[in-house]
Amino acid sequence: MSDFFSSGWSVFVAVATVVSMLFCLVLLAIAARRKVMSDDNTTGHAWDGDLTELNNPLPRWWMWLFIGTVVFSFAYLLLYPGAGSRAGTLGWTSAGQYAAEQKAAREAMAPVYANYAHAPAEALLKDPAAMGIGERLFLNNCAACHGSDGRGSRGFPNLTDDDWLYGGDAATIETTIAGGRVGQMPSMASVGGAREQRELAHYVMSLSGSPNDSIAAAGGKKLFGQCAACHGVGGKGNPALGAPNLSDGVWLHGWGEKAIMTTIANGRTNVMPAHKDRLTPEQIHVLAAYVMSLSRSRTTTTP
Amino acid sequence: MRTATRPVIPIAPLPAAGEAVWLYEKRRQIYPRAVSGRHAAWRVALVVLTQLVFYGLPWLPWNGRQAVLFDLTARRFYIFDLVLYPQDFIYLTVLLVICACALFLFTAVAGRLWCGFACPQTVYTEIFLWIERHLEGDRMARMKRDAGPRSLDRLWRKGAKHAAWGALALVTGITFVGYFTPIRTLTGELWAGQSGAWEVFWVLFYALATYGNAGWLREQVCLYMCPYARFQSAMFDRDTLIVSYDARRGDPRGTRGRDADARALGLGDCIDCGLCVQVCPTGIDIRQGLQYACIGCAACVDVCNGVMDKMRYPRGLIRFATQNSLAAPGAPSLTLRRVLRPRVLVYGAVLLALCAGFTASLWLRSPFRVDIVRDRGALARELGHGEIENVYRVQVMNATEARQQYRVVVEGLDGAALATRADFALGPAEARWLPMSVRLAAEPAQALQPGAHPLRFRIERVEGGAPTAVVSEPSTFVVPR
Repeated sequence: MSDFFSSGWSVFVAVATVVSMLFCLVLLAIAARRKVMSDDNTTGHAWDGDLTELNNPLPRWWMWLFIGTVVFSFAYLLLYPGAGSRAGTLGWTSAGQYAAEQKAAREAMAPVYANYAHAPAEALLKDPAAMGIGERLFLNNCAACHGSDGRGSRGFPNLTDDDWLYGGDAATIETTIAGGRVGQMPSMASVGGAREQRELAHYVMSLSGSPNDSIAAAGGKKLFGQCAACHGVGGKGNPALGAPNLSDGVWLHGWGEKAIMTTIANGRTNVMPAHKDRLTPEQIHVLAAYVMSLSRSRTTTTP
Repeated sequence: MRTATRPVIPIAPLPAAGEAVWLYEKRRQIYPRAVSGRHAAWRVALVVLTQLVFYGLPWLPWNGRQAVLFDLTARRFYIFDLVLYPQDFIYLTVLLVICACALFLFTAVAGRLWCGFACPQTVYTEIFLWIERHLEGDRMARMKRDAGPRSLDRLWRKGAKHAAWGALALVTGITFVGYFTPIRTLTGELWAGQSGAWEVFWVLFYALATYGNAGWLREQVCLYMCPYARFQSAMFDRDTLIVSYDARRGDPRGTRGRDADARALGLGDCIDCGLCVQVCPTGIDIRQGLQYACIGCAACVDVCNGVMDKMRYPRGLIRFATQNSLAAPGAPSLTLRRVLRPRVLVYGAVLLALCAGFTASLWLRSPFRVDIVRDRGALARELGHGEIENVYRVQVMNATEARQQYRVVVEGLDGAALATRADFALGPAEARWLPMSVRLAAEPAQALQPGAHPLRFRIERVEGGAPTAVVSEPSTFVVPR
């Protein structure tokens, strides 16, 4: 380990630490006894004419306490990091302590999840305790993007409807949580200029029966062939690719001519991070069941 | 100042000039002599009372659980019928403020009453001294044995004393931890050797603290460690009743026969027997006047009254008296009137007001708590058809030990309604975060300016369809631009 360019600083810190600890003892030894300068139990000093200092001694055990702290610091310095870059005989590190605490926490959690690990998602859906755990996991890990109620926001999918980009079965949701997802749509600027892109946008809107310019949509229909490779001929999407269904009126990146044209011109890249390093497989299993429950539960009404 | 003219009676001979001395003084062992009397009886009564409460309370059952239990891991604090959450810490704060005010009041009236009669340091020292006295004898016997050669007699007495102290300290430690871990479980587990490492640690820690403080440190705690001892004198004034030696009456001191005429001998009432010093738990001579080391235990008052009785002098050479009354003796009623001075009345009024407020607040406390937090993820959400939705996290904490039904209503904003299920249940002492969406219909949404609008959540506890308790919490509803 090197915090500095040379080990000189480490040596300096170690020496300064040990010397100051020894100095504390030396200072105590010098100051613990003194010659009485007068016989009226004062130190013999007088300030401002008549201000004298009474010898009002501290108890002896106080001195031993002081020596004890110095001894303690030597033992501490030996066992723990502190003398320059020396690691200490215990080999303690804050990262190691963190890892050990995490391990202990996982072990403590293991019996809680043991019942859930092999239960099918359908069974977990009916278990209020499991759903309570799922809810807390969701609020701690997912709610920042998907919202506390799981209804998402622009760019962050709504998890409470029945529109699944990659599929809404338990196994797929687990895969999504564990590995994350990167949804990519390339730029479709190749379809033509602004007029063609507008026509295509209106055709896309017509797929879900949204208000659209039917003449433009008719022109856009011819251009949709390039989109059909991923979104399918009818624009129904393809869960294998994560290509959204364009015909269900769910607009992840915004509805309307302008938003759709932006998507066509620039493409979209939407990322959900992987959680397999943050959550254990058992936690992901319970969490996936909770996510499934969001689109079924009667606590949330879908629009 | 009068203090400057007081004679200084050195306990040890002063060192001569030029001699080297330690600035860290070796401890002088104090052997307080046993004392009986009115104040000693009060102290014993208070020791018994406080310790009955302390040792007994954890064993008291209530509603199928321990009556007083501070469950730190679950963060629930049970005190008889009360279930307190960490959010209720304000009550502890107020309680401590009340204690402080009570201390101000008692101290202004009669000095260090707390120290002398109720402080755990005094109480446990008293118990430990009682054990010591029964095994090693009173002051003289203890001093003689300690000064004498090592002997089997001394060994067994000291051994038995430390064993008894240790056992009592251990019981104290277990009782203390029993306020945090159910004591029946704790004792069972300790007996079976299955308790957790932290519990064992705290039992031993508290036991060691008791043993060390009450057995070994004793007056050292009061003299050198207790910050309270140091600032308490700031609450004294010349009308505070403190343990005082009446120098006018007592001086000049001197020994005399029981039937001697003190006036003829030119002596005061103090026969200089030194008993007041022998009984003092901090080893001071009260006749030197008010000292920071005096804990106001009134042992010297009791012992001196006994001596006065034997001498057939009136009692009260050492007594609770104000400095004013000592300087200018008057009728006791005058002294009493001066004790009831403005600062005492103000302390009393503040104390009464606080107690009343505390009781009323506890009495009127809602049986559940609510916390409304706007969702951190999204400010507002536009739905199709121009509706606007805001998301909230509603935390509801059930402060009862029964399962309860709740219902949420949104009010204060026209056209706003809850889009999530409005009713839910909480188990005993359970707290839950519930995500809730509030939806504003299109027309009122268009009529509103963009920005935050006030909104209230009314949470009702429902029993059989009728609300039995209501909490109303403000929040805001955001209309986006």
